[in-house]
Amino acid sequence: MTSQPTALVLRTAGTNCDRETVQALEMAGARTELLHLNALSAEPRRLAAAQILVIPGGFSYGDYVAAGRILGHELRHRLGEEIATFVEGGGFVLGICNGFQVLVELGLIEGPRAEPSQRRMALTANSSNRFESRWVHLRNERSACEWLERGTVWPVPVAHGEGRVALRSAGDLEALTDAGQVALRYVTADGGEAGYPDCPNGSAGQIAGLCDPSGRVLGLMPHPERNITPFHHPFWTRLPERDEGEGLALFRGLVSAAS
Amino acid sequence: MSHPAPAALPDAWRVEVFRSQDRPDPDGEQTLAAALELGLELGLEPIEGLRLGRGYLLPPELSQAAVETIARELLADPVVDTPRITAPGGHPEVPAGVHRVLVAPQPGVMDPVATAVGRALVRDGHLAEYSTGTVATFRAWELTGAVDRAGLETLGRRLLANETIDTLRFDSEDLPYVQPGGSGHRGSVEVPLRALDDDALLALSREGQLSLDLAEMQTVRDHYAALGREPSALELETIAQTWSEHCKHKTLCGLIDFEGERIDNLLRSTIGAATRTIDAPWCLSVFEDNAGIVEFEGDQAVCIKVETHNHPSAIDPFGGAGTGIGGVIRDVLGAGLGAEPIANIDAFFVGPLDLPADEVPKGTMHPRRILRGVVDGVRQYGNCMGIPTVTGGLWHHKGYTANPLVYAGTVGLMPSSMAHKQVAAGDAIVAVGGRTGRDGIHGATFSSIELSEHSETESSHAVQIGDPITEKGVLDTLLRARDAGLYRGITDCGAGGFSSAVGEMGEHCGADVELDRVPLKYPGLSSHEVWISEAQERMVLSVPPEKLEACLAVFAAEDVEAVVIGHFTDTGKLVVRDGDEVVGELDMQFLHKGNPRTVRQAAWVAPDVADPGVPTSTDPQAELLALLAHPNLCSREWIVRQYDHEVQGRSAIKPMVGPAGDGPGDAAVIQPLAESTRGLALAVGANPLQGRLDPWAMAAAGIDEALRNVVSVGADPERAVLLDNFSWGNCNEPDRLGSLVLAARACHDVALAFRAPFVSGKDSLNNEYRVGDRTLSIPPTLLITAMAPVPDLRRAVTMDLKRAGNRLYLVGETAADLGGSHWFDVLGLDGGRVPRPDLERAPAQMRALHGAIAAGRVRACHDLSEGGLAVAAAEMAFAGRCGARVALGSVPLAADLPGAADGDAVALFSESCTRFLVEVEPDHAAGFEQALAGFPCASVGEVTDDGRLELLGRDGATLVDLDVEQLRQAHTGGFRG
Ligand SMILES: [Mg+2]
Repeated sequence: MTSQPTALVLRTAGTNCDRETVQALEMAGARTELLHLNALSAEPRRLAAAQILVIPGGFSYGDYVAAGRILGHELRHRLGEEIATFVEGGGFVLGICNGFQVLVELGLIEGPRAEPSQRRMALTANSSNRFESRWVHLRNERSACEWLERGTVWPVPVAHGEGRVALRSAGDLEALTDAGQVALRYVTADGGEAGYPDCPNGSAGQIAGLCDPSGRVLGLMPHPERNITPFHHPFWTRLPERDEGEGLALFRGLVSAAS
Repeated sequence: MSHPAPAALPDAWRVEVFRSQDRPDPDGEQTLAAALELGLELGLEPIEGLRLGRGYLLPPELSQAAVETIARELLADPVVDTPRITAPGGHPEVPAGVHRVLVAPQPGVMDPVATAVGRALVRDGHLAEYSTGTVATFRAWELTGAVDRAGLETLGRRLLANETIDTLRFDSEDLPYVQPGGSGHRGSVEVPLRALDDDALLALSREGQLSLDLAEMQTVRDHYAALGREPSALELETIAQTWSEHCKHKTLCGLIDFEGERIDNLLRSTIGAATRTIDAPWCLSVFEDNAGIVEFEGDQAVCIKVETHNHPSAIDPFGGAGTGIGGVIRDVLGAGLGAEPIANIDAFFVGPLDLPADEVPKGTMHPRRILRGVVDGVRQYGNCMGIPTVTGGLWHHKGYTANPLVYAGTVGLMPSSMAHKQVAAGDAIVAVGGRTGRDGIHGATFSSIELSEHSETESSHAVQIGDPITEKGVLDTLLRARDAGLYRGITDCGAGGFSSAVGEMGEHCGADVELDRVPLKYPGLSSHEVWISEAQERMVLSVPPEKLEACLAVFAAEDVEAVVIGHFTDTGKLVVRDGDEVVGELDMQFLHKGNPRTVRQAAWVAPDVADPGVPTSTDPQAELLALLAHPNLCSREWIVRQYDHEVQGRSAIKPMVGPAGDGPGDAAVIQPLAESTRGLALAVGANPLQGRLDPWAMAAAGIDEALRNVVSVGADPERAVLLDNFSWGNCNEPDRLGSLVLAARACHDVALAFRAPFVSGKDSLNNEYRVGDRTLSIPPTLLITAMAPVPDLRRAVTMDLKRAGNRLYLVGETAADLGGSHWFDVLGLDGGRVPRPDLERAPAQMRALHGAIAAGRVRACHDLSEGGLAVAAAEMAFAGRCGARVALGSVPLAADLPGAADGDAVALFSESCTRFLVEVEPDHAAGFEQALAGFPCASVGEVTDDGRLELLGRDGATLVDLDVEQLRQAHTGGFRG
């Protein structure tokens, strides 16, 4: 049975990418609700009524202390139980850029009830120590995120200062890969191994996106919602006329998986 | 000599978060590189290692267990960080052989990180409440190496801290941990004025930092003499703020004697007159609000404002640029009933980046430090606000070394029906956003006087650190309140603080303010400090009583502070109360219209520089490569990539174009409305080399350039609007004012010719720097911003060459316009004729080119600006990873070339106005030529597939034959931050 899923897009002070994220979800066929954190905290059952939770990009609380730290911390305290129940009940969670940083801080990539001390990964300052606003290529990897079309290489912009995946120990990369949690990697335009700036932040294993073991929670640093229209591609004026951007496929996959 | 007493250690828990030893510390590494560079320059003993610890001071009443939890869960990352915790009053355990430089914001300086941590501690139940000072932050730099104390202090002052706003400690742990404050007097303070003579009036103006001249002080004195009482300090401050150059534009709006003519209001009689004559029906609000508002599409309008923030940026580049962008965003939030900011613009003019350290004037930072700071400030604030920074510019000249120019602009989107605001007696005055502190006292008057080597100490309270996250909260909630129709008037709290915001809103009715209702960051402010503080991130609303409750609820729902601080009245008076006491009562008429108008003398004196004529280009290849690497032309990619230029998903033509994203685009294009393919192009134009030679031509060429840039990407010049931002020297000097008059007249003439109205502007005068008895003026600088719609985004074009076999056309006529050209700058030549647009031909020619682009006949287009044809062809070639061959013999040259002129040099490097290099597919060549019929337009070459740029002289000889990769490298090889 398929039905139109509801996507709940969470915003708070410093959420910046809510407009285009809502647009992408709607273009992909979701019913979308944009909700402030205070409103969701007051009525947590609205989460239970949704099939998808999206934490968009931005600078939650200014990214003071560290990117996503304060919002991740706040979510754990205010909605930790509800989010864990949502994920355990089959809900999908997508965190984009700052949203990914929040998911990592929240521990949700490790699993719905992971303790902060269990976390194996951090998103930390880019190796250039600069904010990097540029287009890169991603490859959808063999992972638990089966709703991503495997092997596709697609262009997408990044815009972040703290997107470098750092892992606790040397074995973690293999462990995450084996567990099917490495969902997206930075690659060159023809799918080769990416050095700087194709991999814009120096991530371990060129990781751009990680999912939880179930594949229903995905976080990624790049911004698929910024490649959905014919005019988003950085050199669309050189290309044949386009109907849409390559980033829309990710939202379609998500919406169809959650239907 | 006695030894200093041991320093008092702060009575606070201290948490320092370092990257773990086995993890990279990018902040440490980057700062180490800068320290080594500086050390080399100054001959310091080398340092070997540098690590950064992010420090936090937490209240001593927290338990050790609580602090450990806070450190583990909130302040440090469990994977990459190691926290170091020190008990209150304790000395941190510092590794052996390490020097420590501690940098903390001075008490009272905005510390958004501390506030965010404090609020999180309250949320988690660790603290009952948070007020400024309860949590403090600092940076702990740990250095190793042979560096001595003097070297440490040099590095600390030049690299790690800005003592205007920071406290610095060298190997000493006595960090400040206090609540800022003071013992300011709440209540009225009388200032005896009526008995003062001229000398005493001037002394009062100077000592009170009022920045009022003698005539103004006399007017105030006489006003109070007639009232039969003395003014209060608050009244005097209110008058000083309202009459400041910054708020009143006394010079541009005053009386000027120029060449036997009395000019009454230069701004109105030139720029304003052009706009009135053009009288475009799609201009909804011009020169009357915080920003110019014009129709965009359907019922939607766009607004635009560009501001200067020069003096604060000279003293604190990071904070100055950040609050500059924050301020202009609030201008747009406060335009009409408020607009949604959809794009930012930034432009900087700074000194040479290779300036030797010993040529940096006393009290001034090195241009490199200034540039890094302003870029950081715009990045941090703009990115955090979620507004794409899409276009701008960067120019260098020695004249900006001590007085850099920082321009920030914002574009907003709003329903056309919300272009106008009202204020009604009985409405509540609601202050929204940040709390009020002692920061930013006298910003308006400070920006109106010249800088000096003492500015950083005298005016430190005029400098501020912005808090974008507070402003983002204001933005989000304000637009919701706007759409629900919950207020009827709005303005930003900028220069002059509440005194200007409430004073302006209530100008035509009256206002009654209760200062004791204003939320403060910390206690201890005097009444007039509350009133004139320019604390950031505040807006003021006029809210009808019946909507007040609903309005306040919108803000409360998202934790944005909104407080009623009074109400508007119909008395024509500005009444300010503090508790039961009236601390000021001013007549609105006197406040806004009572200032005397001074007559200033202006005269234009052309510089005594001989015209060097047209020299021969002896080595065109080397000259071209030098031009591509010229500081005013070289790649800005290192800046552009630090700005998020795509947030909001509206950016259609990005600042960098071409398959590798390294071509310098002429203009950015955004798509304001998702449901429409109508685009909006934005670009700037300026040339600081021209103004000294010919200010009229400089202004005219700047307008031509800004318009060329937007036309190049496909915008419609018939719907273009302009903004003027004059940054000039001390206009009490007749020569400075004379050049300003000429530049303003050019704005009139050229705007009229193009029928492109000016819709907004802002001037910054007194950009001079005093050392001893010498005063240095900046080069007269006019930044022109152009905004124009692209009728159909699908027809937008970029400047990168697309395909071998396509033709190249040169549109526009080339003359021997080498005055102020970058080729002359490379050759070390001065003088010569500055380019001027042909006002008969240029507008029609731009319309014709736009017609060809709109008809889909153009594959690439780049205007000819700095460096002329040679540079434009080179940029188009490497941006598109294509080769190009251009025959200079086909270039349409003006008939009046001097007889002995080197025609090749003119064709290669002249910066004549209104010219474009255009790529056209062979199938469209006939149509293109037809569209440009009647204008200078010639097929000058073609796109090739051999990856080389070939420029052939008029006699057919090869003047330039270079690999485009070499051109690209020349363009990108310079300073990268
Ligand atoms: Mg240009």
